[in-house]
Amino acid sequence: MTKPESEWTWKELTIGNVVLEPGNASQYRTGDWKTLKPVLKKELCIHCGLCYIFCPDMAYNLNEENYFIADLFYCKGCGICAKECPTGAITMVLEEEEK
Amino acid sequence: MEVSIAAAEAVKQANVDVISAYPITPQTHIVEHLSEIVANGELDAEFFCVESEHSALSVCVGAAATGARTFTCTSSQGLALMSEITYIASGLRLPMLMIISNRTLSAPLSIWNDHSDTMSIRDCGWIQFFVENGQEVYDHVFVSYRLGEDRQVLFPVIVNMDGFILSHVIEPIELIEQEKIDRFLPPYEPLHQLHPDHPITMGAFALPSIFAEAKKAQEEALLSSMPKIIETWKAFGDMTGRYYHPVETYKAEDADTLLITMGSCSETASVAVDKMREEGRSVGLVKLRLWRPFPFDDLKKATLHAKQLVVIDRAISVGACGPVASEVKAALYGKDQRPAIYNFVAGISGRDVTPSDFVKMVDKAEIEIEEGNKEGYEIYGVRG
Repeated sequence: MTKPESEWTWKELTIGNVVLEPGNASQYRTGDWKTLKPVLKKELCIHCGLCYIFCPDMAYNLNEENYFIADLFYCKGCGICAKECPTGAITMVLEEEEK
Repeated sequence: MEVSIAAAEAVKQANVDVISAYPITPQTHIVEHLSEIVANGELDAEFFCVESEHSALSVCVGAAATGARTFTCTSSQGLALMSEITYIASGLRLPMLMIISNRTLSAPLSIWNDHSDTMSIRDCGWIQFFVENGQEVYDHVFVSYRLGEDRQVLFPVIVNMDGFILSHVIEPIELIEQEKIDRFLPPYEPLHQLHPDHPITMGAFALPSIFAEAKKAQEEALLSSMPKIIETWKAFGDMTGRYYHPVETYKAEDADTLLITMGSCSETASVAVDKMREEGRSVGLVKLRLWRPFPFDDLKKATLHAKQLVVIDRAISVGACGPVASEVKAALYGKDQRPAIYNFVAGISGRDVTPSDFVKMVDKAEIEIEEGNKEGYEIYGVRG
């Protein structure tokens, strides 16, 4: 997918809408489904990785400072990470509030 | 030869790879005979006995997605159970052939013929033919595969044949030599196919932002298959001498009154036309062979000169009128000068419609229209 699907015309679609490129679901921004996004308070984080384990979209990745951070391109804002975090380091915040 | 047997022989000659079958009257003879053909080793194909019609067509979709030439047939409630999958087969642009041995939809429960089953999936996006007799059933098996598999078409095809009236009738049928069939119908070369070496996705999800474009692409493709439909019939005619057209006429060119029919009753109607012509009446017949894509231009060309059209429907759209009449009215509405249209629903659930019934319908329509009723609609011959 070289451009957002909202810009595709009907003439550009493959016959039968077949997806010819394997694995291109990774290019799909599921992140814009969310209302709430996870925000990490680093001072409370114990690096246990439960957010990483429980995230149903595998949006969490370990960064160079050894913190698990949600990739907001994929995070759908389900809040499971905040619910599972044993120290309450993750809070769900309305996405618009920080804009 | 029984027409159902001829249909099965045609499927054998078309060298299909996969047959998926679930029995329902009156299509059963076709798949019964095909099961014998496969069991006898006359045809190298996979014969799937599935647990429902929903599965029968699902097997066809899966097989066609791998690049197999695929066949199934059904009737009535079976088609209703398949209906979900009919939309998927066309949306995925998978060529396959389904013969529908047309039968009434319940209730009341009935096994006899009318077009209510196929009208229930009218909008499913397949190319849809109606045939008049056994020869046309046999011929359209080859036409359908060649057409549907054409790279510029890639659509599943339905051949509608009237249940019992055609399916269980024995009539002379001219079979075509296998060498000719093999030249007319080359092996299927799919554009896309499911294969582990080249992974692709079929049937993916579409958000509202792209769904309308996907449907537009499908509709444009179906509409633009029209030249290929005509070209395929022409090639078939050049091979056999039997030429088919989207709309066919009989003594219609100079007629004031035109009967419009679809399916096997067209032959009966032509007998009625002969009878009325002998009496000096200006009556002709227009037969719809192609139901989807609807041949708007051909229909206009065949009917606009007439004073009145008597449209015969073999199905009821309960709460509206006959589905063929709806389409004919839509086709002609844009013209300032257009014939009056009288719509009869006739022959539902296999009730006989004889030549004299057609004469009576023309009589009634001409009188009603003369008296100013230009949008008449009734169920013919209903008591009470």
